[in-house]
Amino acid sequence: MSETTTNAGRLDAVAPAIELNGISKAFGPVQANKDISMTVAKGAIHGIVGENGAGKSTLMSILYGFYKADSGSIKIDGVPTTINDSHDAIAAGIGMVHQHFMLVDNFTVLENVVLGAEEGATLGPSLRKARKELKRLADEYELDVNPDALIEDISVGFQQRVEILKALYRQAEILILDEPTGVLTPDEADHLFRILRNLKEQGKTIVIITHKLREIMDVTDSVSVMRRGEMTKTIATSTTSPEDLAEAMVGRRVLLEVDKKPAEVGETVMQIKGLSVTDVHGVKRLKDVSFELKRGEILGIAGVAGNGQSELLEVISGIGAATSGEILMNGEAIDISPKANAGMRRERGISHVPEDRHQRGLVMPFMTWENTAFGYHNEPKYSGKFGLANQKYMKQDAREKMERFDVRPPIPQLVASHFSGGNQQKIVLAREIEHNPDVLLIGQPTRGVDIGAIEFIHQQIVNLRDAGKAILLVSVELDEIQALSDRILVMFDGVIQGERLPENTNEGELGLLMAGVDPEANS
Amino acid sequence: MNKNLPKWVDLGLIPLLTLALAFAVSGLVVLSIGQDPIEVVTVMVNGALCNPATNSSCFSGIGHTLYFTTNFIFTGLAVAVAFHARLFNIGGEGQAGIAGVGVALVMLSYDWPHWSIALVVGTLAAMAFGAAWAAIPAYLQAKRGSHIVITTIMFNLIATAIIGYLLVGPMQAEGSLPESPSFPDAAALPTMHDMFGWFGLAFDKNAPANISFVLAIIAAVGVWVLIWKTRLGYEMRAFGHSEKAAVYAGISPLKITMIAMLLSGALSGLMAVNTVQGEAERLLLGSVEGAGFIGIAVALMGRSHPVGVVLAAFLFGILTQGGAELQFALGIPAEMITVIQALIIMFTGSLENLVRIPLEKVFIRAGKGATS
Repeated sequence: MSETTTNAGRLDAVAPAIELNGISKAFGPVQANKDISMTVAKGAIHGIVGENGAGKSTLMSILYGFYKADSGSIKIDGVPTTINDSHDAIAAGIGMVHQHFMLVDNFTVLENVVLGAEEGATLGPSLRKARKELKRLADEYELDVNPDALIEDISVGFQQRVEILKALYRQAEILILDEPTGVLTPDEADHLFRILRNLKEQGKTIVIITHKLREIMDVTDSVSVMRRGEMTKTIATSTTSPEDLAEAMVGRRVLLEVDKKPAEVGETVMQIKGLSVTDVHGVKRLKDVSFELKRGEILGIAGVAGNGQSELLEVISGIGAATSGEILMNGEAIDISPKANAGMRRERGISHVPEDRHQRGLVMPFMTWENTAFGYHNEPKYSGKFGLANQKYMKQDAREKMERFDVRPPIPQLVASHFSGGNQQKIVLAREIEHNPDVLLIGQPTRGVDIGAIEFIHQQIVNLRDAGKAILLVSVELDEIQALSDRILVMFDGVIQGERLPENTNEGELGLLMAGVDPEANS
Repeated sequence: MNKNLPKWVDLGLIPLLTLALAFAVSGLVVLSIGQDPIEVVTVMVNGALCNPATNSSCFSGIGHTLYFTTNFIFTGLAVAVAFHARLFNIGGEGQAGIAGVGVALVMLSYDWPHWSIALVVGTLAAMAFGAAWAAIPAYLQAKRGSHIVITTIMFNLIATAIIGYLLVGPMQAEGSLPESPSFPDAAALPTMHDMFGWFGLAFDKNAPANISFVLAIIAAVGVWVLIWKTRLGYEMRAFGHSEKAAVYAGISPLKITMIAMLLSGALSGLMAVNTVQGEAERLLLGSVEGAGFIGIAVALMGRSHPVGVVLAAFLFGILTQGGAELQFALGIPAEMITVIQALIIMFTGSLENLVRIPLEKVFIRAGKGATS
């Protein structure tokens, strides 16, 4: 692989901030990184895209010292550097903002920033120094956070700023961000990008790992595409397009838009009336939520993660109980007390593709034929002689489902954890859709799913809608909501903040609703 | 976990190697007290399996070993069944003890005419009492979140106290010994000697092994069918891997916790058929003799699989019987055998990666290119 320089029009005399040469890393038989060379110019924002398992995170973990490369070399600012652990990385001026924040919840912002960088036996001097430094950083980069707030009391957007501050406090010149916008509202994401541009102005170098192609187009100067452990392409962002990037990621042309006809909406199947949920800590998670779901439509629920969508899915699917309110299925009330369970919902024609595939949707050490019956295992068709399970039928049933949903490899004896995210999700979808439900609840259908599989999964959802089924789609990906939904509800803080039709709204308006602002109230 | 290794390595080679390591370290311990490890092994194996040197029947040793093995199969299966539902039942000791009370109560309540009826009744009583003793910790775990490890340990202590009270009070036989009256003669279970006799074969007359061994093997098969062939076992395993997934599938955590623990308690309880009904034919103090705890090691070593449990139970049977011989023949303290058992538990339970990780490396290197 040839080395491609992505110097965004800067002087060649300046050594690149990062120079990776022939980096390879294997985990057992899996070659996670194959001979990767990459150069990032000083003061550039560089994006790395690729499907899950393409090796992006491994590469960045090598740069940050979590893993040691089997071969290859690293140069920082033109100086050959050995990075054995994160201390070395920090010493070399590299900071990392992880996808899952590494913060102590019951510490203040200030204490978190200082943690690991304390000087002396007492905390006082370090804290005073950090407080001064934080103020400077806040002024310079729009990174304001109250230094005395507890982490658990501030929003994820602010928590992320704390992570960035931590890195800057440690004198980072190179900042790596792993999927930074996954938990942010569009508004918060915009603010983050403003911060990143400010940092760039000050000569910092930024590497951003994401699967959102639009963000790459918006914010980066150059972009590298990874596929199956190799770096397939490095290009200046201005000379590429989302379609080209997607093709480079998957290796074939991908349909980014969902191909669907207008909905033929039928009668109401499910009515949700005044649904409220209070959790064990007495916090109201769902507040008086009401809506209707009709045959032949996809009702999308948009919102930032943690605003009541999960609780809504749990109550409707029978996993959790409601504190008050009612759910009518075809005009008939269903039991939403703690006595009910998910099995009863399935009997009423409500199927559920859960948000958390690893903990809920699949039993990871189970073989696929055990998973394709999961939740329906007490149905007569799965029971054999003497009350034993009919394993022969279960295997045959699994094989058929795997073929119809293009699960690869189509081997029922394989354990669920052996499949890629996309194929795992297809197994769950196959199980729930093939059960022919009246209502299908889907949470985060394409989280951790590769682009190629997303196309297939979206098509299956649309097909189910066209077959006259009602679909309730919950996703934190606004693009997905907009592409699939026939109607959109936005949730904020346990409340339905607004309802829009996808053709009459835009991302800006939905983003405001997601942040709890009603644009119509002000206009 | 075992993705990188062939099955025979995972289930055969690794346990054997860890066992070999445990024995090697035990050998060093034996050397340190000035004994010859080879001689120790000879005495143990001869004592536990067959000793051609002694004049008495060759079956004496094995008759004792199988008796202990029977106990460990029951308690090992008990831990294994609970473990499939990710419940750690440490209460085998108490459950088996209380089951002994149950067996004694039914045996003494009626003059049973034939051993076959007594076996059925004794089995049912042992299972019922063992299960009942597991029921309260199970319910507390499922409903109140009280940790089952803590509650089952406490219930072991309560059981000991209750049995002690019964044997110096309501259930005490005439005399001053803390033991119950003897069971009716007709209720005595066939020993291995009797059973071999049915086929015209010889077996040591004094060996305690009895028909309960057959019961233990049946229980092992039953557990295998339950865990891997029934929907209940499927639900237990699903719950064991992820409670969230179980709730998603409509499986009730309360139901699974209760069923798994009741089954586990019943299996522990079955041990009383072997000890109380089969061997002592009356209730004695301390009849469980730590078998409940050894069951944990057996299940751990047997990977919670019935076949593994039976094999591990046999190993621990050999150690127990061989250890007794060691004390008798060489004057090595019984504590020595506890040390060896502890080493085996340590190596198979927590130091397995000592063997696993290097082996995985070897196999990855060897397997590269051959299979992906």
